[in-house]
Amino acid sequence: MSVLSPTVTRPGEADVPRAILDQLHDWVVTVDHKRLGIMYVAVGLVFFVIAGSEAAMMRVQLAWPGLHVVPPQTFNRLFTMHGTSMVFLVGIPIVFGFGNYLVPLMIGARDLAFPRLNAFGFWILAFGGLLLHFSVIGGDGLYGAGSAPAVGWFAYAPLTGRAFTPGNATDYWNLAVFVTGIGTIATAVNLVTTTLTMRGPGMTLGRMPIFVWVMLTVSGMTLLILPPLSAAQIMLLLDRFLGAHFFDTQAGGSAVMWQHFFWFFGHPEVYILMLPGFGFVSEIIPVFSRKVLFGYPMIVAATVSIGVVGLSTWAHHMFVVGLGGPLNTFFALSTMLIAVPTGIKIFNWLGTMYGGRLDFKTPMLFSCAFLLQFLCAGLTGVMLSVAPFDWQLSDSYFVVAHFHFVLFGSLLFTIFAAVYYWFPKVTGRMLSERLGRWHFWLLVIGFNVTFVTMHVQGILGMPRRIYTYQADRGWEIWNLITTLGVPVQAIAVLIFVVNVLVSLRRGAPAGDDPWNAWTLEWATTSPPPPYNFEIVPVTTSRRPLWDLKNPDDPDGPHE
Amino acid sequence: MSEHAPLSGRVGIASLIVAETSLFGVFVVAYLFYIGKSLNGPYPKDVLDLPVLATVCLLSSSISAALGARALRAGDVRRSGLWLLVTVLLGGIFLAATAREWHGLIYRHGLTIGTNLFGTTYYPLVGLHASHVIIGLVMLSLCCVFAWRGALRPVHGERVELVSWYWHFVDAVWVVVFTVVYVVGR
Repeated sequence: MSVLSPTVTRPGEADVPRAILDQLHDWVVTVDHKRLGIMYVAVGLVFFVIAGSEAAMMRVQLAWPGLHVVPPQTFNRLFTMHGTSMVFLVGIPIVFGFGNYLVPLMIGARDLAFPRLNAFGFWILAFGGLLLHFSVIGGDGLYGAGSAPAVGWFAYAPLTGRAFTPGNATDYWNLAVFVTGIGTIATAVNLVTTTLTMRGPGMTLGRMPIFVWVMLTVSGMTLLILPPLSAAQIMLLLDRFLGAHFFDTQAGGSAVMWQHFFWFFGHPEVYILMLPGFGFVSEIIPVFSRKVLFGYPMIVAATVSIGVVGLSTWAHHMFVVGLGGPLNTFFALSTMLIAVPTGIKIFNWLGTMYGGRLDFKTPMLFSCAFLLQFLCAGLTGVMLSVAPFDWQLSDSYFVVAHFHFVLFGSLLFTIFAAVYYWFPKVTGRMLSERLGRWHFWLLVIGFNVTFVTMHVQGILGMPRRIYTYQADRGWEIWNLITTLGVPVQAIAVLIFVVNVLVSLRRGAPAGDDPWNAWTLEWATTSPPPPYNFEIVPVTTSRRPLWDLKNPDDPDGPHE
Repeated sequence: MSEHAPLSGRVGIASLIVAETSLFGVFVVAYLFYIGKSLNGPYPKDVLDLPVLATVCLLSSSISAALGARALRAGDVRRSGLWLLVTVLLGGIFLAATAREWHGLIYRHGLTIGTNLFGTTYYPLVGLHASHVIIGLVMLSLCCVFAWRGALRPVHGERVELVSWYWHFVDAVWVVVFTVVYVVGR
């Protein structure tokens, strides 16, 4: 920037704020995929802290029977904002932010195919996040505070009808989700195009890092499933503002229709979030096992088949609706089927670690915890795919525990692994290993204390989304343990935040390739220059950097 | 990046078309699902006429758009501009026909989006398509203006080609909408 437009420097105190403003301006107008990627992840982490605090408030409310820490209406708003934020403003920005940052570097490209579209995607998503949170003060038209949406993150009809949720809080939810969806679709278009048309010399599809394969699959899925969500939001908007009857049962409309449209998005969305997590560990585990990833073609095939089968599992969220035998059977079977490619991947990762020289640095620790916790998540998932079992436990805390094992115990753990792994590349500085270990162990303990016990409450019949409960249900002790895990997790996240902030300034210099890794992003400097590579290395195998480091024993002949 | 640019444009617009197809898909599914479920009239068979002229115009505008793109690649800017102008006019006729149809439905038959499920599903589906026609017309008109002002050059052939792709997509959607609304739903 400064090379192109040299600024006149004047001595004096005015320089410092001017420099900050200039820097800020650079960030706002940037179209660089790396800066946008950083902003995506940073925004995601900020919303993570906000949405996490909402969860903490709910857990305090539920710690003991009959508490009134927050009013009932506020409780509904808390779980709505928590769910919506975690999916649309935490999960999506973080995984697409990593995709933004890493995909061009991993395939040896200069930038994404459409850099300005990329900037548009980020800012519209950030705007959506602000819109959602503006509802807190603007939901009743600015004359009353505390009117965030309270319809739950999947906003079932007819609760979203004008008659049941007057005011504008639901409309803010509606528009925020719609707007963030547009940003996500824009990014997906960008990633698909970049991956298909801008790979560097020698980077064939069969040599792409797994993370790139994953982002390609995920972006393809996004193109197919995000627009239906947008369509459903348009319909809801028409229902609420123009008096249409899409989901208005009194005029012959169908509330179940909303559920279909929402979950047709909502379930594949889980894979859109989770597959990048698989991508992270597929990059991290080989490097810290000092071995080639075991079964590359199988992982690619499993990734794509998860993407395809994932499109036809949505109605397992709707077993209790009463879809009838044939539909229930179909969706139960497709849900069980998707466990097969997912299971294959677990064996791939285990096979990679087997006989390897394991190095338990923080990224590897998080990856290992992911393996175990994801196994639990998958097993409870298969349990819930059995329709009669689901009838018993649907909308109970068992389901809440299940999807938190997926999104927290699996996705978030892989995200932390990824942050520890790529932070040196992004900033040029290492995160502290010592704080990393504290972060890891506290989070593992806190997470499991909270969410393992949550299964028990579910089996004992505690429904999700209840404000409080009576003392004679046998849930007290379990709820108390669940809540006791929360401060442990909060301390863990606090340590993480401190680690990031301190390491940004004082972390040990990382060098280009601190982990002795094999993918192209480590071939450039840390942080990479705006143009990424001075000379794009020629890719000759799935481990281009290995080939460069060991010219006498290249990978190519072994693949 | 410039060496990849043509291919990038094509893949990009193809991805957009996939996403748009999915968007329309949901409105089509909703329309099909709610056929015959209206609790009160007016019903499609009473108020809808086959929009033959509009359909012929829109479908032929795909040909003129293709000819316009081809002429530009061949280096004939004037010819390209003329074909694009024909496309805009044909698209304009289609829009006018839709406007006339809506006017009749609203003022003569009293059908609005809130009247019944037919109105609820008909206006968003046809309206979503019409809004895509408008976006396409804006892009095509800009190309016409550029051709007229001499700003359009053969080097822009690829971009006009992509606009024509979008226009073909809008046409293809109309084939589906026509089938669903005026044939199946009537």
